[in-house]
Amino acid sequence: MSDLTCQEFVELVTDYFEGELDAETTARFDEHRALCPGCETYLLQMKETVSRLGEIPVESLSEEMQSTLLSAFRDVRR
Amino acid sequence: MVTSSTDDAIVAGVRSGDEAIFAQLLNDWSRSMLLLARTFVSTEASAEEVVQDTWLAVIRGIDGFEGRSSLRTWVYRILVNTAKKRGLRESRTVPWSSLAGVESDHGPTVDPVLFRDADDQYAGHWRSFPREWRSAEGSVLDSEVRTTVREAIDSLPDRQRVVITLRDVIGHSSEEVCQMLELSGANQRVLLHRARAAVRTRLASYLEVAR
Repeated sequence: MSDLTCQEFVELVTDYFEGELDAETTARFDEHRALCPGCETYLLQMKETVSRLGEIPVESLSEEMQSTLLSAFRDVRR
Repeated sequence: MVTSSTDDAIVAGVRSGDEAIFAQLLNDWSRSMLLLARTFVSTEASAEEVVQDTWLAVIRGIDGFEGRSSLRTWVYRILVNTAKKRGLRESRTVPWSSLAGVESDHGPTVDPVLFRDADDQYAGHWRSFPREWRSAEGSVLDSEVRTTVREAIDSLPDRQRVVITLRDVIGHSSEEVCQMLELSGANQRVLLHRARAAVRTRLASYLEVAR
């Protein structure tokens, strides 16, 4: 079992979050993380990035469009 | 959020004219539909028309839905077909036409300059650790952080922008996104990872504490 480099570690972070690493790679990843403060920081920053992304509002259809569609629904389906 | 396990109930509701169920669907799905449509057409207004036309087709065509795919897949397929036709009219290139991806989907996501060279005893390890971030939670920085994140998303390549928005901003699961975009799980993760790394880099330049 070879050690991961930091450069390899940073490319595995999303697969790690998604639970898509195999058992052996997960073990290497966890081991690296425990020993390397730089990679631990990187991982926490990726985690913060994901949670920051969740705070961004996204536009939906305009009120006007929604009521147009609801009245079309009433016309067709009733 | 509507799930596939409730497909039968939703389909029955839409067919029988249950307005509350239809309103819920509109509310749950329209944001990601708009976003997806926007990658095929050139303006927000066009995207809104594509979503409108899709819902009209759903209202009229729901009786023809045979349940061979999930309702969501069926609806999004109508959306993509509608959007593609419109995109062709607008001569816009379609980002999903090639799943092989483009150049921006390959290569390292973190600047190689930050790691030690191959001839170094510690090749591939950080030259110096990433700097800590200051905490912006609840402060005036908070809205600036949000602006930074939004700008970072806007500057991503199309495919990455759509995937990260569907996954991290709207909160769809990996399965849902793969289904919507007809992507493999692995492809989806590559796009998501590249997008997240790019947003992190942008945030870092804003949040890093001075040494």
